[in-house]
Amino acid sequence: MITRIIVFASLITCGFLEPAEAEPVTHEQLGNGLDVVVIEDRRAPVVVHMVFYRVGAADEPPRQSGIAHFLEHLMFKGTNRLAPGEFSAVVEDNGGSDNAFTSWDYTGYFQRVASDRLELMMEMEADRMQNLRFTEAEWRPERGVILEERSEVLESRVGTQFYEALMAGLFKSHPYGVPILGWRHEMETLNGEMAMTFYEQHYGPNNATLVIAGDVDTDEALALAQAHYGGIAPNLDIAPVIRPTEPPHLAERRLIFEDRRVGMPYVNRIYLVPPRRAGDQSEGAALHMLGELLGGSATTSVLERELNFEERIALSAWAGYTGMMRDYGLFVLGVVPVDGVSLEEAEVGMDRVIADFLREGVDLEQFERVRRDIRASEIYALDDAEGRARQYGVGLSIGMGVDDITGWIDALEAVTPEDVIAAGKRLLDRRASITGFLTQSPTTEANE
Amino acid sequence: MKRWFAFFVLIAIPLRAEVNITPVATASGLEAWLVEESSIPFVSLELIFEGGAVLDNDMHAGATNLMTALLSEGAGEMDAQAFASRAEELTTRLRFEAGRDTITISARFLTEDAEAAIDLLRLALTEPLFDESAIQRVRERTLAQLRRDALNPNKIASQAFARAAFGHHPYGRESNGTPETVAALDRETLISAHRGAIARDRAFIGAAGDISAADLGQLLDRLFDGIPDTGSDLVGRAEFLSALGIEIIPFEGPQSVVAFGHAGIPRDAPDFMAAFVANSIFGSGRFGSRLMQSMRSERGLTYGIATYLFSGAFGDSHQGRLSADNGNVEVVMEILQEEWTQMAESGVTKEELQLAKTYLTGAYPLRFDGNSSIASIMASMQYQGFDIDYVNTRNDMITALTLDEVNAVAARLFDPESLFFVIVGQPDGLD
Repeated sequence: MITRIIVFASLITCGFLEPAEAEPVTHEQLGNGLDVVVIEDRRAPVVVHMVFYRVGAADEPPRQSGIAHFLEHLMFKGTNRLAPGEFSAVVEDNGGSDNAFTSWDYTGYFQRVASDRLELMMEMEADRMQNLRFTEAEWRPERGVILEERSEVLESRVGTQFYEALMAGLFKSHPYGVPILGWRHEMETLNGEMAMTFYEQHYGPNNATLVIAGDVDTDEALALAQAHYGGIAPNLDIAPVIRPTEPPHLAERRLIFEDRRVGMPYVNRIYLVPPRRAGDQSEGAALHMLGELLGGSATTSVLERELNFEERIALSAWAGYTGMMRDYGLFVLGVVPVDGVSLEEAEVGMDRVIADFLREGVDLEQFERVRRDIRASEIYALDDAEGRARQYGVGLSIGMGVDDITGWIDALEAVTPEDVIAAGKRLLDRRASITGFLTQSPTTEANE
Repeated sequence: MKRWFAFFVLIAIPLRAEVNITPVATASGLEAWLVEESSIPFVSLELIFEGGAVLDNDMHAGATNLMTALLSEGAGEMDAQAFASRAEELTTRLRFEAGRDTITISARFLTEDAEAAIDLLRLALTEPLFDESAIQRVRERTLAQLRRDALNPNKIASQAFARAAFGHHPYGRESNGTPETVAALDRETLISAHRGAIARDRAFIGAAGDISAADLGQLLDRLFDGIPDTGSDLVGRAEFLSALGIEIIPFEGPQSVVAFGHAGIPRDAPDFMAAFVANSIFGSGRFGSRLMQSMRSERGLTYGIATYLFSGAFGDSHQGRLSADNGNVEVVMEILQEEWTQMAESGVTKEELQLAKTYLTGAYPLRFDGNSSIASIMASMQYQGFDIDYVNTRNDMITALTLDEVNAVAARLFDPESLFFVIVGQPDGLD
C-alpha cells in the first residue's frame, strides 16, 4: 500500500514574527517497504541524498561490539559492479562529497552533490543496498582503520573515554552502554564474515529510510526513487532485534576517572530519562525546555548564571536533553569548576542550583526568551537542508513519524513552566543516574 | 571490474556557482558584497577584520583573543547578563572569533529585527565594557583552556611546529598566549588591543539573505558609526626556517601525533592555483588522495591524513598531520618521505589531474548552499583579494591548468630534503 502524506512545516503562529514560506516535506512508502522523504529547497543547485538503515550498534550480537560500524566502513568496499573504493571515487569525480555515520539505533549513508547527479547517487546506493561484496584484502586493512579510529577519536581524547565509561556505568543491561565503535578487544576479533552476516540480516529496503533534500521537484524525486529502489525485493531475513531492557534503577552510581592527560577537571552527570515518544512528545518537550532553561545559554541559563556569574565557582556549566533515541533518553548536567574549587564542591553547587530551581519555579522572562529562540531557530533551520534531512532520517529510523518531527516545535510551544518543574521533579531521579569526576591522576611515576 | 558509471563522468561539465553578487557602496564609503535571497526572512552578516593575534606584542600575547572574547560580555549600559538577554530577545546570534590573522564576527538576525540587532552589535564593537569582573571571569576560562591545551597532543604538536618553523615572528607563537602573558593582561592592554583591531580600513564585509542593497548600506553605516578609520600597524612576513629535522616530544598514549611540513607558497603567487591542485591530488584528505590511498585504504595505518597549504596573510607553510599507533610511526615517516619524493620528481599524472579538475570544479558550486556560508565566503573572498567575478572565473582557471604547470610547481613545492617532523607520543624506534 502506498501512503502519501504531505506536511507543511508549521511555521510561526505568533503575531510578532512574519511567517516564512512553508517548505513542503513529503513522505511516501514504496511497495517494498522503503520509506521515502523528500524536502524541497530550491535555493541552490545542490541535493543531499541519504539512506538510513534502522539498525545500529545496539543491535549487535554478543562479542561483536563494533560490527555495525565496521560494516559501515565496508559498505565502501564494492559490490558486484563496483570495485573497492569506486563508490567514493565516482562521488568525487562528480564533485560531490560522501560519508556515513553509525549510531546505536541507525546507520546512515549520505552524499552531497549537484542536483543533476542525484540519479547516479541513487543508482549506486540502491546497488549497495543489495549487492555488497568484498574480500579479505579489503576487510583486513579496514579493521586496522577502525582500530586506528578508536585510538584517535576515543582513546587519545580523555573526555570521550570518560563519557564511554559513564555510559557503560549508567546502563545496566541495555546495549546503549556499549560504545558504538566497539570495545577494542572485541573489535580486534571482527572479520568480514561477521560483517556480511550482519548486512544480510539487517539491510534491505524494508528496513531503510531514503531522504532527499534540496533542489528537487518532489514528484520527480519520488519517481526516481521508485525507479531505482522500487525494484529491490524486501529482505525477508530481517527480523526485529529484541534488545535487553533496563531493570529498575535503585541506587545512583559514582565514577572517578583519573588520567594524567586531564588538564581541565569536571563533573558530569547523566540521568536515564524517557526518549521523545512517537505520538506524544509532551514529556520529551518538557525535558528539552528544562535543558534549555538550565543550560541552553552560556550566559543566561540557570546553571551559568548561578555558578559562573553569581557564586563564581564554575568556569562553565551545562545541561541538556538527548531524546532522539529509540529506547531511552539522556539528561546531562555538568560543571567545570574554577581553579581552587574541588569537584565535590562543584557538584554540591550544581545540586543546590537544581533544587532551588525546582522549588522556586521558572523565571518567566527567561522562559519567554527561550520560547522566542525556539521559534526563530525554526526559521534559521531552513537554511540547512542537510540538517533537516538528518532530522527526518533519524526520526523515522527510531520509530517516529513525519508528524512527530514537524510537530516538535508545536510540542515545545505547548510546554508550560509548570510542566517543566513537574518533569524535573519526576525525572531527575538520582537513583537513575551516574555522576562522574574527571580528574588528573597524581603526578607520580607509579604507573610505569 | 567494469566501471559502469564512467559515462556519467564524461558528461560532467564544470558547473558555475549560481550566485549573483551585488557590490554595495555605502554613503560613508564602506564596501560590501551582498547575495540577496529573500525566501527565508533572515540575514547573515560576516565581518572580517584583518590583523588578529599577530597584532599582539610578545609581552601581551593573547590580548587579541581575550579582548575578542570579551566583546560579548557587556557593552554600553549592559553587563554580560543584560547583553546576552537582549540578544536572546532579538533572537540574534552573534559570534566573535579571534584567529591568527583575523578577527571574524558572524551575525544572524531576523529581517524584521535588523536595526535592533545592528545596534546591539555596534555597541559590542564600539563600547565594550571590559569591566574587571568580566575580565577576571573570561581570563580564568582562558587560563583553564591553556592548561587543557598543554595536555592535548595535537595542540602540543601545532605549537612546537610553529615555534620551530617561524621562530620569533608572531606566527611562531600560540595565538591565545601563555599562562604568564594571559595572567598579566589588564584592562588597559585590552582597550588598546581593541582600539588597534576594530577599524574601518581593516574590515571586509559579506552579507546574504533577505535584505536589499540599499537597506544593507544603511545598516552598515549605522554599524560602523563610531568605529575608528585606521587600525594599528600590521606585522612583516614570517620566513619558514630550514634544516629542522625531527623533534620528538614524549607523550603518553597509544598513538603518536605526527605533524610534518616545510615552507609553502604565498597565496598571491601566480602559480598558487596550480599548487593548490597539486596538494589536493596529494593530500586533500579525500579517499581518492594519494596519502589516504597509501596510508589508510591500502595499509590501514591511520584513520585519516591530510596536507594543507597554509598561506596566511603574513607567511606560508605546507603542512600535514596524522595520528598513528606508536609502533607504526617509523613506517609512516618512510612512506611520507617516499610519497614526497615521488611528487617532487614525477609530479602527478594526466589522469590524476583530470580527476582533480572534475572534483574541484564540481565541488565549488556546492559551497554556496545557505545564507551563512555565502556571507562567510563573500567576506573571505574580499579579504583574500579576489575579484568580484572570481566565482565565475575560478573554475575556468582550474580547467585551464596544464600538466606542465602543475608539475612545475610540484617540483618546487615538494622538497623531501626539507621535511620537518614533530612527533608527540612514544614512537617506537625513534629517539
